[in-house]
Amino acid sequence: MAYSDKVIDHYNNPRNVGSLDKNSAEVGTGLVGAPECGDVMKLQIKVNPQTNVIEDAKFKTFGCGSAIASSSLATEWVKGKTVDEALAIKNTEIVKELSLPPVKIHCSVLAEDAIRAAIHDWKKKQDTAKPVAVEAK
Amino acid sequence: MSTDVKSIPQMEHGSANGIKLPIYMDNHATTPMDPRVLEEMLPFFMEKFGNAASRNHAFGWAAEEGVETARERIAKLVGATTKEIIFTSGATESDNLAIKGVAEMYKEKGNHIITAVTEHKAVLDTCKRLEKYGYRVTYLPVQKDGLIDLDDLKRAMDDKTILVTIMYANNEIGVLQPVTEIGKLCHERGVIFHSDATQAVGKVPVDVVKQNIDVMSISAHKMYGPKGVGALYVRRKNPRVQISAIIDGGGHERGMRSGTLNVPGIVGLGKACAIATEEMAKESCTLAGLRNRLRDNIMGRLDEVYINGSMEHRLPGNLNISFAYVEGESLLMGINDVAVSSGSACTSATLEPSYVLKALGTGDDLAHSSIRFGIGRFNTQAEVDYVADRVVETVTRLRELSPLYEMAKEGIDLKSVKWAAE
Repeated sequence: MAYSDKVIDHYNNPRNVGSLDKNSAEVGTGLVGAPECGDVMKLQIKVNPQTNVIEDAKFKTFGCGSAIASSSLATEWVKGKTVDEALAIKNTEIVKELSLPPVKIHCSVLAEDAIRAAIHDWKKKQDTAKPVAVEAK
Repeated sequence: MSTDVKSIPQMEHGSANGIKLPIYMDNHATTPMDPRVLEEMLPFFMEKFGNAASRNHAFGWAAEEGVETARERIAKLVGATTKEIIFTSGATESDNLAIKGVAEMYKEKGNHIITAVTEHKAVLDTCKRLEKYGYRVTYLPVQKDGLIDLDDLKRAMDDKTILVTIMYANNEIGVLQPVTEIGKLCHERGVIFHSDATQAVGKVPVDVVKQNIDVMSISAHKMYGPKGVGALYVRRKNPRVQISAIIDGGGHERGMRSGTLNVPGIVGLGKACAIATEEMAKESCTLAGLRNRLRDNIMGRLDEVYINGSMEHRLPGNLNISFAYVEGESLLMGINDVAVSSGSACTSATLEPSYVLKALGTGDDLAHSSIRFGIGRFNTQAEVDYVADRVVETVTRLRELSPLYEMAKEGIDLKSVKWAAE
């Protein structure tokens, strides 16, 4: 399996590794994949409630090099975008940017799912907990 | 004749602490040829190029002499006689010839074959094909340590059973099946016992007589010989086993395998066996020492590391470990100056994790996290230490990156999480 230079770069120097406080109202967490399938991505976004701009993003990934690279790239791309702009990111753009081979397309799909799941989680928090501060679990 | 490693894509080159990189530690996939083997083969390409079947001139005689010397050496290594050794193109052909050959020859007697779920694909897929032709195949499960349960085997045998085919040593986890006992059970019931001994011959003592093996597959390139050549042992007495050919033609190898013999390859296989006869006892101690050193070096420094398969009944050079919360292919990518294999789906053509590990009851998650180390004749202690360091360093880094490790450390039971799979 030959990796593109960009995949290798993200694997060796993953961007935005880490975790945000999942209980914060400004933070959306997406956890997608399954250990049995060989990849799990956790992608978190921190959204400015006034502007809806994603100010920070973090990830952690269990998976192959392409999965790590896809999620690392996803965090780079969502940062600075509004939530709606981030929702428009397509897995095919990730495939193109990282030159993923056909067998690795599912990694990009998972990264797109992770972005959506994080945004979904954040939106849910906004709907349910608008005026009240979210209680830590 | 060193490999031009610069032509291997994305392997790191260079050296570290006097170790030449990349390090080859995948000796179950194949082994480098021993220079002594090459030396023995060379005259048989240009000088002694004759056809071993040419009976009436010196060119043929020279080739035949090379072949017969090889036959003696192979026979000696496994406790057989020369007439019981048939040359083939490798273990896959040997497995096919053994299973299909017995199935056809004994079809009047019965149609039932017994094998195990952890066999090599050369055995499993051959059995599957025979099922299409009306044979009945029992695939025995294995226990947690990778060994079959002899009671399962006893129960599976019936009056239609003609063949039991169980490997000697597993290619992924290196576990050694109780072949002597399996052979005994077979002989008590008049059933033929074939063993794919590809990974075992030359590594551990094999004696077809003492171990009750009737038919046995052998490969050259797993024991420092050339690729594309192997052999099949077929017992001639107590009981005499007959097999039908699957390749028809000029009637070579007493009609069991037609085709002009690969003389240089056969000479190489013979030399590889001669070296093994001389050196195996000492070499297996050295390899087991290096293997245990690698294991201790890794397990002493990392938590949640699991050995797959029995440590007690195992090839000396084999270590197969799962590193929880780290995916195998990403680990291989991190240790890219070391050539090893993974049971991860991402490294297989089928995108399924190792069926061998799954058969042990290893969860899919841990199968994805497995690495097979195959230590061989040319590995050194310095290499083993280097590999252990690289593995520990990479696993540590990838666990920092792993959401599963984080969750486990938070005390979350990963089995209780409802995973939103794709």
